[in-house]
Amino acid sequence: METIMIIVAGVLVTVATYLLLSKNMIQVILGTAVLTHAVHLLLMTMGGFKGEDVPIIGEGAAEFADPIPQALILTSIVISFAVTAFFLVLAYQMYQKTGIEDLDRLRGFRHE
Amino acid sequence: MNNIIVLPMVLPLLLGALLVFFQQKIVFQRMATIALFLVNTGISILILQLIQKEGIISLDFGGWAAPFGISFVADSFSMLLVLTANIISIVCLLYAMGSIGPKRERLYFYPFTMMMIAGVNGSFLTGDIFNLFVTFEVMLLASYALITLGATKKQLKASMMYIAINVVSSSLFLIAIAFLYGMVGTLNMADISQKITETGQTPLLTVISLLFLMVFSIKSGLMLYQWLPHSYSAPPTAIAALFGALLTKVGIYALFRTFTLLFYHEQQITHTVIGIMAVLTLAGGCIGAIAYTDIRQIVAYNLIIAVGFILIALAVMNIPAFEGAIYYLIHDMLMKALLFILAGTIVYLTKTAKLDEMSGLIRNYPLLGWMFFIVVLSLTGIPPLSGFIGKVLIGEGAIASGSYVLLGVGFFSSLIVLYSLLRIFMSCFWGETIISTEEKRPFRKSFLFPGAILVGCTFLLGFGAEAIAPHVQHAAQTLMDPNMYIEAVLEK
Repeated sequence: METIMIIVAGVLVTVATYLLLSKNMIQVILGTAVLTHAVHLLLMTMGGFKGEDVPIIGEGAAEFADPIPQALILTSIVISFAVTAFFLVLAYQMYQKTGIEDLDRLRGFRHE
Repeated sequence: MNNIIVLPMVLPLLLGALLVFFQQKIVFQRMATIALFLVNTGISILILQLIQKEGIISLDFGGWAAPFGISFVADSFSMLLVLTANIISIVCLLYAMGSIGPKRERLYFYPFTMMMIAGVNGSFLTGDIFNLFVTFEVMLLASYALITLGATKKQLKASMMYIAINVVSSSLFLIAIAFLYGMVGTLNMADISQKITETGQTPLLTVISLLFLMVFSIKSGLMLYQWLPHSYSAPPTAIAALFGALLTKVGIYALFRTFTLLFYHEQQITHTVIGIMAVLTLAGGCIGAIAYTDIRQIVAYNLIIAVGFILIALAVMNIPAFEGAIYYLIHDMLMKALLFILAGTIVYLTKTAKLDEMSGLIRNYPLLGWMFFIVVLSLTGIPPLSGFIGKVLIGEGAIASGSYVLLGVGFFSSLIVLYSLLRIFMSCFWGETIISTEEKRPFRKSFLFPGAILVGCTFLLGFGAEAIAPHVQHAAQTLMDPNMYIEAVLEK
């Protein structure tokens, strides 16, 4: 199971890298979203998949998955949700104000 | 009593949330923010004295004992930075009140600033590596809002790159945390340090440490600074000053924390890499500071030179260097805020950021000129101003460890700082006055007052270095001996 998850995370990182390197603004934003998902999978895998019991001490749980990575992922999902939302609004604002959707046209100031 | 250490983060957070409801009451917002930061400054001084008396203070949230719950840890290093951050917030807010304009003030400028400072203070105080990620995000999200505040075309363009690079580096941060958690199975920094000491810093852990190095280098502008000058020259002056003084310094703090507390066993690898990166940062910063004629870019590259200079101390890793780094960090936060404020004021007054289009300002604004001159001296490290003692101590540390290359490059960069800033000084303030009285922009006292506070600070820190010496020494000892930190957190 761990091996499959690591491979999936790797594929997601590849996809995210491809999207991040593209020139289209929306693709870059989607790239950051995919990248955070890949990281969440990685976090979950790092905790290990060890069984289905509820992780409460004294309830006879013999094999249970580590709960901490899940708590971390939950926190991180909320953060990445906020960031992606903000990023999308920003891209929309910029398209409205400047008509730019191609990142190549963002570079530097003039006269330099 | 140790509950007090959570206040520097919680107070701005609560007030920031509260101020959202008072959008139209600008005067109330101004009074409340300044009052809060004054209180916060008082609290920070109080905590610093408490640390002198009782040693490092730690607090476990919800009563969950240290490795399991989230803990906040206040040692002299973090509290000195919290104190400086609060003073700078006061100054930048005072400057913002006179310069940023009612439109931006109504767009929740004060609440966002509060949130950002909450994130900054939280990053300094947290003792948990995942919590560090969260406080970083609090700070960054507020900074995304601040950098786009007002949404001019230029700000929007600059913020795209700023946000993209920070989102990617935050993902890398999480990856590093995931790997580290997979290796040591804990998130509490003191506990991680202990586990790494027990098992030895295996090659895998060293690789993870380099991943952390990369993440914090992006945040602090160590070698991976290419995003920085462009984004920091777009927002209004007060916001740029806040960013320049605080955000990169949080990255530097994180570098110091991780590489003195967690990954200090394989210094031939990690600290050599840091040394090389510091030299490259200094070189790149120097080239940038000389090459540009845009005053805001020159100032931003000066920021980068300082990052390289402070990281020399981490590369050589001994007590005098750490003391120097702490002095220099405090000095640099204060002076970079002042430099950004003065540069912004010059750009406002001359309506241009190009060096060759401005001249003779000293006739119209003598006080501004003299203040700029003092900053130049202070940043170069002329005694008795505050830059001197930090530079001397870092140099002493570099000699003690025999790193003459670092020493040479570091001190050569001071000359470049002097040259690049004197270039601004000479072409802006000397020469023929070309602004006629008709097109003179209104100059308000409120532009100079915040700067005057910072000029006062550089003299105070220069002459009164003895006064904070016990705190700085304690901080340097804690950095050098991780057991002091670990004992304070885990064995109460």
